[in-house]
Amino acid sequence: MKPKGFDYLKATSVGEATEALARGGEDVRLIAGGMSLVPMLNFRLVEPSILIDISKIADRKYIREERGMVEIGSATRQCELENWDEVSEKLPLLAEALPVLGHYQTRARGTVCGSLVHADPSSELPLCLATLGGEVVLSSSKGSRTLKASDFQTGMLSVAKRADEMVTAVRYPVAERGVGYAFKEMSQRHGDYAIVALAAVASENKIKLGVGGVADKPTVREWENLDDNALDEALNTFAWELGGYDDIHASARYRRELVRRLGKKTIEEARKCRS
Amino acid sequence: MPQLSKDARHPVSCTLNGKEVSGYAEPRMLLSDFLTHEIGITSCHVGCEHGVCGACTVLVDGNITRACLTFAVQIDGCQIDTSECLANADGELSDLQKAFKKHHGLQCGYCTPGILMSLTAYLKENQDPSEQELREILSGHLCRCTGYVGMVRAVLDYCKNKTT
Amino acid sequence: MATAKEKIKYVGSPLERVEDNILLQGKAQYSDHLPTRAGTAHAAILRSPHAHAKINSISINKAKSHPGVLDVLTGDDVKEMSEAFLIVLRAPINQWALAVERVRYVGEPVAIVIARDRYIAEDAVGLIEADYSPLPPAIDQEEATKDDAPVVHEAAGSNVVSTREFSYGEPEKAFAEADKIVNVKIRYPRNSQTPLEGFVVNAEYIAGEDLYDVASNYQGPFTSHPVMSMALRVKNSQLRMRTPQWSGGGFGIKVQIFPYVVLMCLASKRVGRPVKWVEDKLEHLAAAAAAPNRVIELEAACKSDGTVTAFKFDQLDDYGAFLRAPMPGPLYRMHGILTGAYDIKNLTVRNRVVLTNKCPSAMVRGFGGPQMYYGIERVMHKVAVELGLDPLEVLKKNLVPAGVFPYRAAAGALLDSGDYPKAVELGVEKGHLADLKKRRDQARAEGKLYGIGYAAIVEPAQSNMGYLSNILPHEERQRNPKGGAAANATITVDPLGTVSVTADSIPQGQGHQTILSQIVADELGLTPENIKVNLDFDTAKDAWSIATGNYSSRFSSATTVACYKAAQKIKDKLARIASQTLNVPPKQIGFANGMVFDTANSENSIKFYRAAGAAHWTPGALPEGMEPCVRETGSWSPPELESPNEQDQINTSLTYGFVFDYCGVEIDRDTGAVKIDKYVTTHDSGTILNPLIADGQVFGAFAWGVGCALYEEFVYGEDGSFKTGTFADYLVPTIHEVPEPKIIHMESPSMVTPLGAKGIAEGNCMSTPVCIANAVADATGEQDLTLPLIASKVARIVHGEEPPPPSGDKVEESHATDGRLRGDGETAVPAPSDLVWETLLNPEALAAVIPGCHKLDEVEKNSYQAEVSLGVGPVRGKFRAKVALSDIIEGKSTTLSGGLEGPLGTSSGVGHVVLSEEDGKTIVTYDYAIKLSGTVASVGGRMLEGAAKALVKQFFNRLTAQITGQKDSGSSSGVTTNGLWAFIKRILGFKS
Repeated sequence: MKPKGFDYLKATSVGEATEALARGGEDVRLIAGGMSLVPMLNFRLVEPSILIDISKIADRKYIREERGMVEIGSATRQCELENWDEVSEKLPLLAEALPVLGHYQTRARGTVCGSLVHADPSSELPLCLATLGGEVVLSSSKGSRTLKASDFQTGMLSVAKRADEMVTAVRYPVAERGVGYAFKEMSQRHGDYAIVALAAVASENKIKLGVGGVADKPTVREWENLDDNALDEALNTFAWELGGYDDIHASARYRRELVRRLGKKTIEEARKCRS
Repeated sequence: MPQLSKDARHPVSCTLNGKEVSGYAEPRMLLSDFLTHEIGITSCHVGCEHGVCGACTVLVDGNITRACLTFAVQIDGCQIDTSECLANADGELSDLQKAFKKHHGLQCGYCTPGILMSLTAYLKENQDPSEQELREILSGHLCRCTGYVGMVRAVLDYCKNKTT
Repeated sequence: MATAKEKIKYVGSPLERVEDNILLQGKAQYSDHLPTRAGTAHAAILRSPHAHAKINSISINKAKSHPGVLDVLTGDDVKEMSEAFLIVLRAPINQWALAVERVRYVGEPVAIVIARDRYIAEDAVGLIEADYSPLPPAIDQEEATKDDAPVVHEAAGSNVVSTREFSYGEPEKAFAEADKIVNVKIRYPRNSQTPLEGFVVNAEYIAGEDLYDVASNYQGPFTSHPVMSMALRVKNSQLRMRTPQWSGGGFGIKVQIFPYVVLMCLASKRVGRPVKWVEDKLEHLAAAAAAPNRVIELEAACKSDGTVTAFKFDQLDDYGAFLRAPMPGPLYRMHGILTGAYDIKNLTVRNRVVLTNKCPSAMVRGFGGPQMYYGIERVMHKVAVELGLDPLEVLKKNLVPAGVFPYRAAAGALLDSGDYPKAVELGVEKGHLADLKKRRDQARAEGKLYGIGYAAIVEPAQSNMGYLSNILPHEERQRNPKGGAAANATITVDPLGTVSVTADSIPQGQGHQTILSQIVADELGLTPENIKVNLDFDTAKDAWSIATGNYSSRFSSATTVACYKAAQKIKDKLARIASQTLNVPPKQIGFANGMVFDTANSENSIKFYRAAGAAHWTPGALPEGMEPCVRETGSWSPPELESPNEQDQINTSLTYGFVFDYCGVEIDRDTGAVKIDKYVTTHDSGTILNPLIADGQVFGAFAWGVGCALYEEFVYGEDGSFKTGTFADYLVPTIHEVPEPKIIHMESPSMVTPLGAKGIAEGNCMSTPVCIANAVADATGEQDLTLPLIASKVARIVHGEEPPPPSGDKVEESHATDGRLRGDGETAVPAPSDLVWETLLNPEALAAVIPGCHKLDEVEKNSYQAEVSLGVGPVRGKFRAKVALSDIIEGKSTTLSGGLEGPLGTSSGVGHVVLSEEDGKTIVTYDYAIKLSGTVASVGGRMLEGAAKALVKQFFNRLTAQITGQKDSGSSSGVTTNGLWAFIKRILGFKS
C-alpha cells in the first residue's frame, strides 16, 4: 500500500502555491495535514503528478475575528481551533463538533480548511459551515474570490474549487446573542465518520437543522418556530427528502430515523442553549 | 524550495531522538518507511498505513504525527522523536514506561511506541488528566492485545505519582 | 556463606514482564526489522477483484519491463515450480500459492512482482493486465449447499466437501421424552482479531544446498511445515523456518502465512536473490484469513424444570474458497465438549464443511469456540425464556456438578478439574449480581432498555493433534491413528552457571519469556533475572515437532510442562554432581537462593554455578557415565490425548478451564447503540502462573469478544465483493468501546499438568459475544440475534414501524448487504427525444458524454469498448469499459449492460433508459444496479452509493451540455463540451 510517484513542492507562500497550481494542471494536489489525502494516496485512489505542500505557509496560520466572522487560515490545524481561547464563545457549534472530529492525533495534524476541501459528506466541519452559512476564500494566480458554503459545497468529495485554486481561508459567522447552537452525531465507534451528524441553530423565531452523512453533501433546512407535532412532521419530511443510502454500517432507513430522532434532540438542545 | 522530482532520491536530514541523521527519499516515500528502512530504527511500527491504528505515531517538532500519513521529504530539517528517546542513556526506563511495565500496559508491544509518543505529547499539556480525558487520547490508537486496561491504569498511576 | 533459607516461589506471583524493557523502548526487532542482505528484492502481489472468474490471460510484459522490476510470476509459473498444498481431506481441492486458471475469492493472489523496492513492485502490479470471465459465485453458505449453486471446485463436485454425523448416548430417546424442544438457528459471522503487524516473509533459496531459508512471523503449528516443504518439492530439512521472538500479535491468523512462504521461496528461486514481502492491511483484511462463519441449528430437549437432556447440533462451517491445512479445525477442535459446561449425556451432531467464494477461513483466537458457544448459550437462554424460568437458574441446573471430576463428556472430553457451581456462586457473589439486577429494575422503571445476559463455558487448552482425524470414519483413521501433542524446551547452563532457555512456543506477545523464567527460577533455586529466555526459533537448530507453535492456548498447559521437565533433568544432573561434593545422596539435594544444598543440613552447600561449572571445567571428574556440559531438552506429550475411539469420542484438548460471565447492557432507544454497563467474568483456569499476565490475557480476549459482539465483521456483497478493507470499515474497538470487566479467579489445579495450569487466553473470546447477545435479548425480547449487533441492526429491533413519507407512499425497505448499488431517477434534457436517442447510440457522441471517456470503439453493432478515467472529487481510476445495448426499442428505450476493469477494481451493471417527450423536452428515466468489486469496493464502502449517483449526475449533465451546447455546470474541471451544432455536423459527417 504505497503511493504512486509524484513531484513534491513545499510552498512557502500562497503565491508560490498558486503559481505552481497554474503550471501544474489537473493532476496537482495540495497537501496540508494529509489526514484524508494520504490514505487515498496510499490506496492509490488518488494519483497526483505534483503534490504541493501548503502546511508550511506561515502567514496562513491564524484565527482572527473580522466583520462578524471568524476567519481561519489554511495552515491552521484543527487542534488550534479546538484550543482557541474564544472558540466556545465565538463558535459554540464548532466547540461541540471539534472534539468528535476524528481523534486527538488526527486533529493535531489535520487542518480546518483541508477538511472542508475534502468534503466528506459526513464530516463535521463542512456541516458546521453549511449550517452556519459560512464562506470560503479561494485564491489563484489570477486573484481571489469568496464563495458561500452553499456554492462551495457541490457534492460527494466535491467542491467548487477550480484546479488552479487553493482555499486560503474559511470564515465561520460569530455566534449571535440569544441564539442556541447544538451538535450531535452517531458514529459506530468513537472518532469514526458519523453515520449521521446534526447541527442545530435555534433563534427566537427560527430553527435551522443541518444534516451530514445522509445526502451527498451537508443539507440544511430552516423553519419558523414549530410546535412539537409540526416539528416531528417537518423532520419526517426532511428525512424522506434526504432519502439516505445503504452501506455496510447502516441502512437508509436508519439514517432517516437518526434525522428524526437525533435531529429533534439536537434542536431541543439548541433551544435550551438559548436561555 | 525547488520542486523535487518524483524519479530522484532527495537528501533528507533530521534530528532523530537527539541525533543528526540523514538519508535519501523519493518524494513518495512514507516517513514510516524512511525511518524503518532508510535510517534503520525499530520504533516506528507500520500497522494500517491509512492513519487509523496509530502504531506509527512519532513526534515531529513535538507534534503528534502518523508517520504513515507523512512523507519523508516533508520532515527535512525537523526534529523527530520516537519511543527510543524516552529511556535514559543507560536504558533505565522513564517513569511512564515503568508504569506501563508495572500495570502490564502492553503485550506484543507493537502499538506501544506510538501510544507512548501520543501520551508524551499530551501529558506535556495536561499533567493530571481524568480517566475520561485519557480515554479520549488513547482512542486514537488501536491495541489488539490488552483490552486497553493496563495502559489506562499505568497512565493514571503515573500521573498520580507525578502530582503527589 | 549464604544459607538456603525459605524458598521464594516465583510461579504464581505477578512478576513484571522481562519482555517489557525492550518493547517499551521500541528496540525490539519484529519481522520487518530483521536484517536483509544487500540485494534483497521486494514483492507485491496482484490480487483478484472477482469472487469467481476464469482467468483468460495475464499480460505481464509491461510490468516486467518496468524499470526496477526483476521478474513477474503467475499461476502457470507456480504450478510448474511447485505442488498443490496438501489438505486434510482427500478431495480434489487444489490450491497453489497463486491462482491457477480460476480465481475463487476477492483478494486471491494472481501474480507476484519482484522488484528493487516495494514502491516499484506496486507500480508494476498496476501494469499487469489480467483478463477474466466472471463466473457466478457461491457466497451465502446455506445457498452454497444447494444443488443448483455455483460450485467453487468443480472437481469436488459439490461445495459440501465433508459431512459427518455423530451420536452419543440416547438422543432419540431424550427428544422423545422431552417436555419441550427448544431450538435456535444462529449465523455466526466472519471475523478475525487482525493483529496490527501483518505477515512478513523473508525467503532465500540457497542454490548450492537446494535449501530454502525463511525468516517470517509464522506462528505454527508446524503441521504446516511438511505442507510447505512438499509444495516446494524438498525434504523437510531443506526448508529452514526461523521466527523472531517478537511478533506484533498473532491470534491464530499467522498460521496462514504458509502459502506466502511458499510463494516467496519460489520467487527467490526464480530471481536468484532473497525476496521480502510485507503484507499490508488491505491485503490482510481481504485475504489473510477469517474465523469460519458458521450456521448452527441447535435443538435442546428439556424437561419443564429446565433440565436439558439432549442437544441436537447441525453445524455448517464455511471455509471459503480453499480448505487450507489445518482446516476444518474449528469445526472439530471443540468436538469433545459439544455439551459445553453442562451435564448432558445425549447428543447428536451433523457437521458439514462448505466452500464458498470467500477468503479461506482459518484459525482465529477461540478457534471454533465462539461459534459453538453462541449456539449453546443462546439456546440455554431461550430454554429459560420459553419455560418462563430465570436464565441463571437454568444454567446452574444443568452444570456439570461438583465432585465428578475427572468427568468424561458425552463426546469424549475429559474435563480434568473444577467446581462449576462453586465458580458460578463465587461470580454471583463477588461480582454483586444482586446489585446489577437492581440496576436493571431501576433502569427499566425509568423506561430504559436494559438487559442482563449470562454465559457459562468450558475453555479448552492444548489441542489433541488427533482431533481432526474424527473427520474420517473410524475404519479409515485406524490406518494412520493420530493423537497427542508434543512440546519441547531446552535449558542450558553455561560454564559460568548462567542459565538460558529456549522453547518451541513461538510467542505472539503474551509473556512466555517471563513465565518460563519464573518456572526455571523456582526449579533451580535462582531468580528470574538470571534466567535468559530466548524464544526465537529455528527448525534447523531447535527441538520441535508438529505441535510446535502458538495456538489453542498451548503454552500454559504444554510448553511450561516441557520446560519444567527440562528443569527436572538439569536438577537431576546437578544433584548428582553436587552429591559428590556434599557427600549426600542426590535425592537429598535441594536448590534455592543460588545454592545447591543438602536438604538435611542447608549449611552443607555449594553455589549453583560451581555445581554446573563442574560439568564444563572438569568433565573428567563427573560421576561415572555422566555426559559433560549441562543442556537438557524436555519433551512432553500428555497420555490423556488419545486418538478418537470407536464411538468417535475424542478428548479434544488436554485441560479444561471454566468461565462464567454475566453483564448488563443498556440500549439507546434513539440510536440502537448497545452500551455495556457492567461486565463480570469469573475464571477457573487451574493454577495461575502469573496473575498479571493471566489478567492481561482475559482483558485482551474480552476486548475482542466485545468487538465480535458489537462491531467486527468481514462483510461480503452477494456478488462476493469484499466490503471491509480498511480499519474504518472493519471496526476494531477502541478504548471507548471496551469497558473494564471485573475479573474473579478461582483455582482448581489441573490434574493432568504438573504445574496445574490450564489455558486462560481464549475463554472470553467464547463467552463474551454470546453473553452480550443474551443481555440484548433480555433487553429487547428479540431472540433472533445475529452478530455483530451494530447500532443500526439493534435499532431495527427497537424502532418499530417507520413513519411514512409525507406523500403516504409505502416504501420498500432496502437491504444494506445486497451488494449492489441501485439508483433511479429522471432528468429533463431540453432537446427532442430523437436527438437524445441519437446521442446515446452514437459512439462518438457517447464518448463525449461519458465522464472521463478517452476512447470509445464500437466492437460490434451496439457493443462498445472504451477507456475511461472515472472518479469523484480527487479519486480517479483508469478503467477498461465494455458496454452493450440491448432490448432496443428505437427512439424509446434500451438496456445498457457492461462492466469496468482497472487497477482499482471491477464493476458490472445493468441500466435501463427510457425516453419520452414532453413540451419539446426529453424526459430521460433511468435506473441502474451496479456491482463493484476490488479495491474501491473494499476501501470506499461509505462513498460508493454517493459516488455512483454523482457519476450518473455527471453523465446527464454532460448529455444535456452535449446536446444543448451549454457548459457542463456539474464539472469542476470546466470542460467545455461541443455544442449541438457541432454534434449534428459531426454525426452528419461534416468537419467542424
